[in-house]
Amino acid sequence: MTIEPNNPTGGVPVSADPVGADIDAPAQTPSSPRKGMFGITGSGDVSGFGGLVRRHPEVVGTPKPYGGYFDEVTDALEEAYPGFADAIEKVVVDRGELTLHIKAERIAEVAQIMRDDESLRFELCSSVSGVDYLNSDARRLHVAYHLTSMTYRRRVRLEVAVPVGGFVPSVTSVYPTADWQERETYDMFGVVFAGHPNLTRVLMPDDWEGHPQRKDYPLGGVPVEYKGAEIPPPDQRRVYQ
Amino acid sequence: MTQSGYASERETTEGRVFTVTGGDWDTVTGSVDPLSNEKIVVNMGPQHPSTHGVLRLVLELEGETVTDVRPVVGYLHTGIEKNLEYRNWTQGTTFVTRADYLAPLFNEAGYCLAVEKLLGITDQITERANTIRVLFMELNRISSHLVWLATTGMELGAISMMLYGFREREYILDIFEETTGLRMNHAYFRPGGVAQDIPESAIKKIRDFLVYLPKKLKEYEDMLSGQVIWQERTQGVAVLDVTGCLALGITGPVLRSAGLAWDLRKTMPYCGYETYEFDVPTATTADVWGRYQVRLAEIRESLKIVEQALDRLRPGPIFVADKKIAWPAQLAVGLDGMGNSLEHVAKIMGQSMESLIHHFKLVTEGFRVPPGQVYVSIEHPRGELGVHAVSDGGTHPYRVHMRDPSFVNLQAIPAMAEGALLADVIAGGASLDPVMGGCDR
Repeated sequence: MTIEPNNPTGGVPVSADPVGADIDAPAQTPSSPRKGMFGITGSGDVSGFGGLVRRHPEVVGTPKPYGGYFDEVTDALEEAYPGFADAIEKVVVDRGELTLHIKAERIAEVAQIMRDDESLRFELCSSVSGVDYLNSDARRLHVAYHLTSMTYRRRVRLEVAVPVGGFVPSVTSVYPTADWQERETYDMFGVVFAGHPNLTRVLMPDDWEGHPQRKDYPLGGVPVEYKGAEIPPPDQRRVYQ
Repeated sequence: MTQSGYASERETTEGRVFTVTGGDWDTVTGSVDPLSNEKIVVNMGPQHPSTHGVLRLVLELEGETVTDVRPVVGYLHTGIEKNLEYRNWTQGTTFVTRADYLAPLFNEAGYCLAVEKLLGITDQITERANTIRVLFMELNRISSHLVWLATTGMELGAISMMLYGFREREYILDIFEETTGLRMNHAYFRPGGVAQDIPESAIKKIRDFLVYLPKKLKEYEDMLSGQVIWQERTQGVAVLDVTGCLALGITGPVLRSAGLAWDLRKTMPYCGYETYEFDVPTATTADVWGRYQVRLAEIRESLKIVEQALDRLRPGPIFVADKKIAWPAQLAVGLDGMGNSLEHVAKIMGQSMESLIHHFKLVTEGFRVPPGQVYVSIEHPRGELGVHAVSDGGTHPYRVHMRDPSFVNLQAIPAMAEGALLADVIAGGASLDPVMGGCDR
């Protein structure tokens, strides 16, 4: 974004992009699928390991029964929510945690039922956080909602996926606590929450450009001298993966 | 409109401006019509002694009554979560410990429990490591609550409490230093166990502290609780009931002061908390006074847990048996002042080529964590600390999110402060115990 030096609207004239804002920054970490072993590309690689490609494992749905309280939760949701078959994309049980993958446009409806239904009662939205799965374009940005039922002492994770520029309905009308957490997810990942009362940056400065937690956003940093040797910034060091 | 002989007035675009030339303030202020006067906006912070670090509050005032509060955070954002993605899993503890700097061991514990759950080794954590973790977390809870008592005392006018609180906390920091080498930012809990064993001298210090603190605590309680000013400043101030707490996601002592005994150590135990005997203190007043009483009682409960943990410390390993995860264990301080294991160096340099290869791989790469995601939550001194960790199967975290209680709890400031007096904003904000390092990460 460029603002004319003598802008007629008043305010502070800005002639250059703010420091650190570089929206066209090149991808610094090839995250998925990962390529090569030592972070070497081009002619420096004589080992041949640079050609190795690691594939991302596919997330597969878990077949019923899920075990524990997971069956009760999914059954109760299915009973209370008529659009269950349409809204729930996948049910995953992994490491003793239940994840419901939900169509992004249905998340607020599902959250409402998760909170209000007598046999679900997820009163507390513990956490909202984003994850950037680079290279999976239509499902690149994930938002994970961790709900807690204090009545039944249960936890469940709701997860939605949208492409860059996609919308997720805000759950702030169901869980007011999601206000700042959705703002943080917007700030860091650029996920737009439709219906949020005040979707502005919360941790980064208001005039910052780019969304720092995205995988194609560079870490930044300067080389430092330590005991006589110059250590490059962390994102430019040789990576052993 | 009265025209005072001492203060001439004129209308400007900013409102009415008085030019005071004389000394009679009654005449000057008497000529201001309080009803037609506009609201004023006051910016409090980010550098203000009573906002606990760099918190900024934009307040709209009508006289002394607050009509609107907007908390502004982010001044201490250091990109801890982003940085984690460029280091290996073990190095992560060094970063997370710096988030909430008054409760570093809780950040480490939350992170380590998440990594261990991803690895599937939660059950393999040794008895001694778990006991040490509980012991240190409870000491840390006491030190955090002491700082709360100190700073809140200072903010409400009890300056001496500030000195006492920080003084008693020093005893705990000494214990930490004796064991971990550092007073803060310990990086002591590691995925798989703890970095070093507790020396005998530290155990003796803890025993002394268990005798010392209860007496002092009684003194401080006597000093504050009977004080009329303290009562007036805290009772019925910044009330937030259970409904409000749940809607705003408020956990920890604030929720318990409203009467709901929700403590993750009891309701969703971890690290073996279910085997310790302690109570969850609650209050019913839902005000600053209730939070003060809950925190004082929590210090006493923590002392109980510390005592039980000391009694059940048995010799044993402090790391899981898997040497890939446990490699930094058994270090000694070398000539260069850094941790080193001479036996290990002798072995890899002189005896075993395979050991050298393994050492190189483990030090440069770290261990791999199977792909997947977990959410782990622990009871932090300020509420629920959640860690959402995602692994893509590599040696670095793919994504780690910390749900810090300070960040979530700060959303309650408008609910507590709007409609109250300006002075109660300070009391209410302090009763949330926000730590900006954790809030902004």
